[in-house]
Amino acid sequence: MSESAKSETMRHIKLEKGADGVAILTLDNADESMNVVSAEWLDDMNAAIADLRDDESVSGVIIASGKKAFMAGADLKLMVEGYETLSRQDAYGFSQKATAMHRALETMGKPVACAMNGLALGGGFELALACHYRVLVDDPRAVVGLPEVNLGLLPGSGGTQRLPRLVGRKKGLDLLLSGRSVAPKEALDLGIVDEIAEVDQLVERARQWLATNPAAERIWDVKGYAIPEMRGMIVPEIAMDYSINVAKVAGKHGYNYPAPAAILSCVFEGLQLPMDKALSVESKYFAKLLTDPVARNIIRTTFISKQAAEKGARRPAGITKSEVKKLGVLGAGMMGAGIALVAAKAGIDVVLIDRDTATAGKGKCYSEKVFGKEVQRGKMTQDKADATLARITPTDDFALLDGCDLVVEAVFEDMGIKAETTQKAEAVLPESATFATNTSTLPISELAKASKRPEQYIGLHFFSPVDRMGLVEVIMGAQTSDKTLAKSLDFIAQIRKTPIVVNDAQGFYTSRVFRMFIFEGAAMLEDGVEPARIENAAKAAGFPIGPLALLDEVTIDLPAKILKDAEGKQGNLYTIERGGKVLDRMLELGRGSRKAGGGFYEYAEDGSKRLWTGLAEEFPTSEEQPDQDELKKRFLYAQANETAQCLEEGVLETAQDADLGAILGWGFPVWTGGTLSYIDTVGIAEFVSEASRLAESYGSRFAPSSWLQQRAAAETTFYPPIKAG
Amino acid sequence: MREVFIYDHVRTPRGRGRPDGSLHEIPAIELVTQLLESIRDRNGLDTALLDDVVIGCAQPVGEQGGVLARGAVINAKYAQSVAAQQLHRFCASGLEAVNNVAAQIGTGMASAGIGGGVESMSRVLMGYDSGAWVADPAVALENYYTPQGIGADIIATLEGYSREDVDRYAVESQRRAAASWDAGAFERSIVPVKDVMGEVILDHDEYRRPATTLESLSGLRAAFPGFADMGFSRVVKERYPQIEEINHVHTGGNSSGIVDGSGIVMLGDAEFGKAAGLKPRARIKGWASIGSEPTIMLTAPAAVARKALKNVGMSKDDIDLYELNEAFASVVLRFMDHMDVGHDKTNVAGGAIALGHPLGATGAMILGTVLDELERRDLNTAMTLLCAGNGLGTATIIERV
Repeated sequence: MSESAKSETMRHIKLEKGADGVAILTLDNADESMNVVSAEWLDDMNAAIADLRDDESVSGVIIASGKKAFMAGADLKLMVEGYETLSRQDAYGFSQKATAMHRALETMGKPVACAMNGLALGGGFELALACHYRVLVDDPRAVVGLPEVNLGLLPGSGGTQRLPRLVGRKKGLDLLLSGRSVAPKEALDLGIVDEIAEVDQLVERARQWLATNPAAERIWDVKGYAIPEMRGMIVPEIAMDYSINVAKVAGKHGYNYPAPAAILSCVFEGLQLPMDKALSVESKYFAKLLTDPVARNIIRTTFISKQAAEKGARRPAGITKSEVKKLGVLGAGMMGAGIALVAAKAGIDVVLIDRDTATAGKGKCYSEKVFGKEVQRGKMTQDKADATLARITPTDDFALLDGCDLVVEAVFEDMGIKAETTQKAEAVLPESATFATNTSTLPISELAKASKRPEQYIGLHFFSPVDRMGLVEVIMGAQTSDKTLAKSLDFIAQIRKTPIVVNDAQGFYTSRVFRMFIFEGAAMLEDGVEPARIENAAKAAGFPIGPLALLDEVTIDLPAKILKDAEGKQGNLYTIERGGKVLDRMLELGRGSRKAGGGFYEYAEDGSKRLWTGLAEEFPTSEEQPDQDELKKRFLYAQANETAQCLEEGVLETAQDADLGAILGWGFPVWTGGTLSYIDTVGIAEFVSEASRLAESYGSRFAPSSWLQQRAAAETTFYPPIKAG
Repeated sequence: MREVFIYDHVRTPRGRGRPDGSLHEIPAIELVTQLLESIRDRNGLDTALLDDVVIGCAQPVGEQGGVLARGAVINAKYAQSVAAQQLHRFCASGLEAVNNVAAQIGTGMASAGIGGGVESMSRVLMGYDSGAWVADPAVALENYYTPQGIGADIIATLEGYSREDVDRYAVESQRRAAASWDAGAFERSIVPVKDVMGEVILDHDEYRRPATTLESLSGLRAAFPGFADMGFSRVVKERYPQIEEINHVHTGGNSSGIVDGSGIVMLGDAEFGKAAGLKPRARIKGWASIGSEPTIMLTAPAAVARKALKNVGMSKDDIDLYELNEAFASVVLRFMDHMDVGHDKTNVAGGAIALGHPLGATGAMILGTVLDELERRDLNTAMTLLCAGNGLGTATIIERV
């Protein structure tokens, strides 16, 4: 095959050879708007490298991009399928293939500079690291970094080896373990890029560097290359530093996430080895992670499902896209104030209504405070803050709702008050307006009875604090129309939140399953488990906070009131099987929350807290204490089983909604991928048998339904298996 | 087992294990060399009668590596036929070296030898001998490694020892050490260390603070919360989920002191005694080593004591004096509680909190100390024991002849 013919077969890169001996390799994916790592691209790169290496007229190479960004990483779909479709050997080979290309690039004997015109992340930045020189555009959006740790993976094409060899172990580990991406200025300071330049200067700068006749050899390939890390633990300070890094990894991630530990091992082991062996070890750790369910779980839910939900996975087809230009928010409490804030930020005019203008104004103050902090941190300009704030009109006058495309009602959680507010608003609202209620538990179909237009009535359950929590649980009432759903999802996209869509039932989905977490904590206390064990088991399982601490924060009154309200109601599923006595007793004792002066914990003035010493007397602990693993299982199984029931009953329609809701809504551990992903990860048959055992020991909340048992018998997973090949 | 006798023992004084310590300029091998010379000279020993010199060390790297024992044998001009070996069982190394020599003699494979230990903590810093268990991420994380001081605080947390409990113990250690020095209890065993010119550079344990009171200790800051905050507290709670917060009670004042020093014990069978014209001072009744939970890593003493007693068919009340290294106050408090052994029988001469703990040397040193105490008090039996890194523990039982 002639060289030109070779070039013609490349679909994702273009090669131009200049008379001055400089060849420009332009990354330009033929099928997508982003340059991504793929098998085809690797073939193209290998062909190009062979060509450049053998062509004597070429003396140096510049890698550029034909896209807005320089290059992103590998296709996440490929990564998510690894667990089911690849053996460890396959995964190792997959990593080594890319690694070999990078290695060929940096050892071909000709200097390579990359001219990064936009962001370079993951595999894209690994390509840059394999170049001899890096020029990055001077644009704060052009971030570079290796975020793989956040996917449950590690940079498997030399990132864990080249980065610390380039900038040192400490800086390298910080970037690899945090996964943070950095803007050009910091990248230059760190030494991970060599130069920053204006966009039209990038290639020229690279050319200038090539003109200096630089060596085409990396420092680690120079004979005699020696860094202290090569001697491993012989250097005590280095050994001690690894020891501390182990503690940091444990402290930050606990024991459920294999990626940070693997990255630490790659750096520790790899830096003691010559480059090729080091790259092989990196590929081996990569293979372990790619074939582990945790990476699959993290990527599937927090990237693939999340992006799909944001792009309208649940949006009914055939309905014209809508936009909210004017929003009414009823109730300027914490939720209303937060909703007003995120809407104003998205460029929507907001009418914020409360019983009097002063109260409504307090809601606006919240935005003022938040924007003030952002201005202080340099994240927002004062002008932008002023303009955004000006979009919020606080008032007590319902007449101002005229012309609103959407109203979100966030008044007190009381059927009567909500009904009255709905009617008052609808008197003014245009007929086309969507009416949403932000309730966490009240049945939407019941609330909709107060509405003139129940088909335009929907539940939009925001989470607190609204400006920081990404999830919105959309609840379809019995009569809610598809058009209303579509318009609501369009609004959620406007304010850049992630929606899940569920059907109306007591507690909907998130509140119903979340309660299983806090109630299980109360049940354990009633069962005689030591409180510290309860809290530690929850944290060890990966929950951000223990159930007792959480009860103190959300107050016991709320779940207790919901339980009272639910008493005797037909079809009610919102009961508590065990632990109710604990809640009642704590309320009797006046220890209902942190706000009440203390609950399960005592709070010191300096903000620290310790478990209330009176707990031992109120809830005597058993002589024999359960294993940590058993307690972890109780938390995870109680919630997973309840989620399965939600799917069975039709409250949930998809596993993706379930898992996104669990992780984004109430902090279900990310490593599981969510409540249903957890069942798939355990194995549905194993889950059912273990759940039955737990039901026998602790109560019927764990009992798998016959529906679930049938699914287990038929081996029907919640996510369909991926067909290999 | 053939009978194994202790014929003599010597130790250096303990120097502060810091650059301002008196022994900082003395290399580790020199500490051992001077002890070997001393034990030979004061016993008029024909060193050709010795089979082996085993020196334990907890940081056997750098100047303390390379089988320091053999270097010291040559350096002290012992007969070249005397074999040597290095032994590492962390803090129990010095005692294990004695047990190793005893085993060689007991099995009849050797007639006599010297077991002991050395540690120049000012010269070979703690952590120089790191090891995979503390620093290899793949190993340390999986095995819930935490620094030893946190382990001591975990003991206090689980057993309910307050800051005052551990400080009170520390004050008593200082008081007993002072009384021992006042009474000349260490006179027979201490060999002053000499410098390059042959001048005495240190002749006493210089780490001590005899004026220590509960009040003076109460002002010291806890030593280990910093480690816990780095992330080790999470590791601890994974292993000990019953702990809400670690109660950090240990300070520099109730933990063993960082010092330089060495100690050796001369052992032999009955024939050796005859050939060398020496009278045995005690016999080795038996010993044991054990592993315990590695995250705390300090709970072996009670378990290894029971094991050693079982090995020799004795009960705890058959032991007149217990000498347990005072790694941390909570270690000794726990041992006394779990064994139901009184403080009046334990560490009667004061311990490492007052005198210092030259890691690998301590076992040999305190075996000698307790033998001296048996003689001073005219008692018969003693057990020496130490907790050691990664959950290890070693005990040795002796009986006066």
